[in-house]
Amino acid sequence: MASIAGKKSGLVWAVHISVALLVLLWLFPTIGLFVSSFRTADQISSSGWWAALFPAEQNEVYRAADPDDNRVADGDMFVVEGNIFEGSPRDIRSWGVSSRDVSAYQPGDTAEMKDGESVTLQADGSYVWRGNDKQLSGRGQRIFITATVPPEFTLDNYTTILFSGSGQDNMAKAFFNTLTVTIPATIIPIVVAAFAAYALAWMEFPGRAILIAAVVGMLVVPLQLALIPLLRLHLGIGIGKGYLGVWLAHTAFGMPLAVYLLRNYMVGLPRDIIENAKVDGATDFQIFTRIILPLSFPALASFAIFQFLWTWNDLLVAKVFLIDATGSTTVMTNQIVELLGTRGGNWEILATAAFVSIAVPLGVFFAMQRYLVRGLLAGSVK
Amino acid sequence: MTSLSLKDVSKSYGEVEVLRDINLEIEQGELIVFVGPSGCGKSTLLRMIAGLEKITGGTLEIDDVVVNDVPPAQRGIAMVFQSYALYPHMTVYDNMAFALKLAHKSKEEIDQAVKSAAETLQLTQYLDRLPKALSGGQRQRVAIGRSIVRDPKVFLFDEPLSNLDAALRVATRIEIAQLKESMPESTMIYVTHDQVEAMTLASRIVVLHGGDVEQFGAPLDLYERPANTFVAQFIGSPAMNLIEAKVTATGDTTSVQMSDGGHADAPIASRDSDLGNVVKLGVRPEDLTVTESDDYLVSAEVEIVEALGETTVLYFKPQNGGESLIAKLPGIHKIDKGTTIRLTAVQDKLHLFDSDGRSFLYR
Amino acid sequence: MFSDNPALYGLTVIVIGVGGCLGYFFLSNLFIDKVLFPASGPNAGRNINRANMIRPWLFLFPALFALVVYLAYPVFETLRLSLTDRDQGGAFVGFANYNQMMAEPKFWEAVRNNMLWLIVVPAVSTAFGLLVAQLTDRIKWGNLAKSLIFMPMAISFVGASVIFKLIYDTRPEDQNQIGILNAVWLKFDGGIGSVLLLQVLPSMLLLGFVVIVASVAWSFVRAIVAKGEDHSGWLLPLRLLVAVGALWLIWVSLSSLAGIWIGGLPYGEAQTWLTVPLWNNFFLMVVLIWIQTGFAMVILSAALRGIPEETIEAAIIDGANPFQIFFKIKVPQIMGTIVVVWTTITLTVLKVFDIVFAMTNGQWETQVLANYMYDKLFRANDWGVGSASAIVIMLLVTPILVWNVYNARKEMK
Repeated sequence: MASIAGKKSGLVWAVHISVALLVLLWLFPTIGLFVSSFRTADQISSSGWWAALFPAEQNEVYRAADPDDNRVADGDMFVVEGNIFEGSPRDIRSWGVSSRDVSAYQPGDTAEMKDGESVTLQADGSYVWRGNDKQLSGRGQRIFITATVPPEFTLDNYTTILFSGSGQDNMAKAFFNTLTVTIPATIIPIVVAAFAAYALAWMEFPGRAILIAAVVGMLVVPLQLALIPLLRLHLGIGIGKGYLGVWLAHTAFGMPLAVYLLRNYMVGLPRDIIENAKVDGATDFQIFTRIILPLSFPALASFAIFQFLWTWNDLLVAKVFLIDATGSTTVMTNQIVELLGTRGGNWEILATAAFVSIAVPLGVFFAMQRYLVRGLLAGSVK
Repeated sequence: MTSLSLKDVSKSYGEVEVLRDINLEIEQGELIVFVGPSGCGKSTLLRMIAGLEKITGGTLEIDDVVVNDVPPAQRGIAMVFQSYALYPHMTVYDNMAFALKLAHKSKEEIDQAVKSAAETLQLTQYLDRLPKALSGGQRQRVAIGRSIVRDPKVFLFDEPLSNLDAALRVATRIEIAQLKESMPESTMIYVTHDQVEAMTLASRIVVLHGGDVEQFGAPLDLYERPANTFVAQFIGSPAMNLIEAKVTATGDTTSVQMSDGGHADAPIASRDSDLGNVVKLGVRPEDLTVTESDDYLVSAEVEIVEALGETTVLYFKPQNGGESLIAKLPGIHKIDKGTTIRLTAVQDKLHLFDSDGRSFLYR
Repeated sequence: MFSDNPALYGLTVIVIGVGGCLGYFFLSNLFIDKVLFPASGPNAGRNINRANMIRPWLFLFPALFALVVYLAYPVFETLRLSLTDRDQGGAFVGFANYNQMMAEPKFWEAVRNNMLWLIVVPAVSTAFGLLVAQLTDRIKWGNLAKSLIFMPMAISFVGASVIFKLIYDTRPEDQNQIGILNAVWLKFDGGIGSVLLLQVLPSMLLLGFVVIVASVAWSFVRAIVAKGEDHSGWLLPLRLLVAVGALWLIWVSLSSLAGIWIGGLPYGEAQTWLTVPLWNNFFLMVVLIWIQTGFAMVILSAALRGIPEETIEAAIIDGANPFQIFFKIKVPQIMGTIVVVWTTITLTVLKVFDIVFAMTNGQWETQVLANYMYDKLFRANDWGVGSASAIVIMLLVTPILVWNVYNARKEMK
């Protein structure tokens, strides 16, 4: 297409620009959260996160050192010298000595005040405050500066969320709980579904077509319907609320998609290969483990990603089947919802907690996107 | 010694009968080719011998043992598939060793079998490769090698050359013929729709059509003495001409008269009751020659001339609603479109079929 | 005990679960092959056939068990529960729960909001997805762009809720706004730019929407009015339903259109976006659209690639411009996929729970059915009404279920 004669380049530019804008629009929310998670509570509440990315003009107030302790005689005058910045230098744009005019002077200027008192401030923050005995007493002279502050970020929030932080703020436990839910709930349905998918794809038996149709139907059954009957069942047979219950629930809820995806993939494998294995003397079990499973890896990976994302991100199933009154088995999604309720204004905690819970799926997403896309294409009922 | 025997074997899917009462006796060391148009049931028959399709009627014996209900692996057969069916995730070595591993053969035994098969097929340097790194011909050889290592009683080939391009197909065909020669004790069954493969490879050919065996015999038998009009027209290219004729004299030699004035005396026996019947006179295009004499077989108007150099193929206008006639003359002939010429043939090369299409020879 | 250490517990379960599954399959196979129907002896042939009849069911059993107990049985059990009353010891109460539910304004609010979600989210996601798929189709960094737009797919609804709460955040007047939406809002001052962007543009969008809805509805209704056309009886309810839905949508659009012009906009005041009735629904929908657009894009992009290049080249030679190529050549060819994407997103929308739960919990008139149901089940402990609302969700899903099964069966033949 690109080689077609007489194509307008203006249109191509319009396409590039609109895609760039769309991508930015889509990224913007996530970046906001990401940036906020590296800012202190004060920074978050005093300016929008977008301001944190650029050096900001900031007004600050400093005081010269205590004259009673630091003044040095210089003829009949006294002098206090020092640096207003203690360890964190700023790039001073302008400064002043009165709150009415905070940017009266440039760095290097000398501010003449009443009766011969003067302050000289250099760009690096060093000052010379000169005056008579009476002027250089009491508290240090106030110096107002307008400075450019470079972007500042901190890892403190992550330390709080992951390591220190008390009770509700600490996500470490919830992180491991989520992992505990997710990994068995991802692996077990794959094994179970793979066998069923093989039977539905390659074994002849009466009722096969009806079963496949039933699986397609169950793909869309809202799991909301299952909540009450299953909770009653779990409580009734003694599983109660806990990991076992949530594993079983996730396994079953993922089953229709797993069977559907895997069967569709397996049915597309060449019949000759399977028949050849039969002629070679493989039993159904051997065909399955030695031929079908290795060849179905892409489909298995697709489903594994789906199931992982779904169980990791799930809130409802965990709330119903896992989390009991003690809350010791809380998962990250649930803890974040609770934080939203109790710490709604503490964005440094919320943003960091949310980002911790998002980071793992995002990593999986970018690492295995190919399989995710393939699974999506195979999984949407045509 | 009989290697394979089919007795009244039939196959039906529900109401649909795809194979009817097939009876074949195949001797050890033969290379049998199943040939027929697509949908004739030849692949199904092969898959029934392999055990991949259930036999719905009759019995199948391999080495005098009924194997109707024996699973494929225990029948002592090996199969080469049309698509080669190599396991894509296994190396060439593992592909060839898979069946032996499943049979719990010892490591040394497996290694020896694979290595010697690879030697025969010149695959030794490719043993560590995955199938996707091989060319079409090499894959084909791996598929054959995989069947050799199992040392089967019967080799089954399901259109093994149809995925290769024309040049490779000829080369591989010759390789298979050589392979057969190097294993005179092995029985092979080969399915194809290509009559050249059938004629060149087979010791005997089974012509299948619509679920029935039309004829079972040696390649040249089929060419020289086809049992019916189907075999007559299926074997040989271009297909045999069939000309409507009326029997004018019977006996050891049968005389027939064509409606356009031509006539023939064929050295084929006929019965008295055939006198006056309308029959089909068969003559192959390559057996026809041009004649000036009044003693001709047919005369017809040339419609298309295909000059190929080595041969000249003439297509004639169909006469009074009959089938169009083809003549294949050796060498170059200057014949114009639209001319009417007379054709004749040696008496020995004539065939006669009754109104049901059966050859007079096989009644 | 294991349960003290969840990681160890989890690991044990993986080993037992996976090992158990494999062991089950292996041993049960061994059992039928060696013990029950050995493939040797006088009945070898018959035994092999019998074993092969049982084996599929061995392979299927665990999956079938899970499907029946966890998906099929609950559907009927929920139906039963919706007809009983927990407080009366599970006595059959007929449609009392449904009547009680219908009498609640909160339920109708949820239904209304769900309808809005059902129309807006699939439509906007599909449209955006198609737009991105088409735009990125032929540019070099298209795959990177797609990957970034697809990314929200990996983010949980809860995570997305936090992300968007930050966007919608509100601070008192005298402080800097840290929510981007308010920061942008405060830039508008009621001048000509504001009028253009916030009144004229939305009005035009709304009017465009009204026109589209009206034309779609007309194409459905026309068949009833027109004479001589096929009046298939079973389509009549569908046509009427579409007509009523369209009228309602048009009314909602026109009234909000009036709202834009009559009320006057509160310029210069920071808004608490999630408490503005009706509009807050759209702010919640934005979250789901943000997530689902990537899904639509991926599928539609594959479909666009699947269009035979020749048809496009033929159109170019016929003199079609890029827009005509897109709307007259490409879109009709991928219509089937668009429908699939639309219904898939519709299913997601019907089950949407986390977003509403985390952001507003149904307050300020943002209730939806799934959250309403959760409310009834686990806050009010009213299993009857909760189950009744679950059945309502099931009923809404049923047409898609039937359609899917119908298509799958057709495909298999």
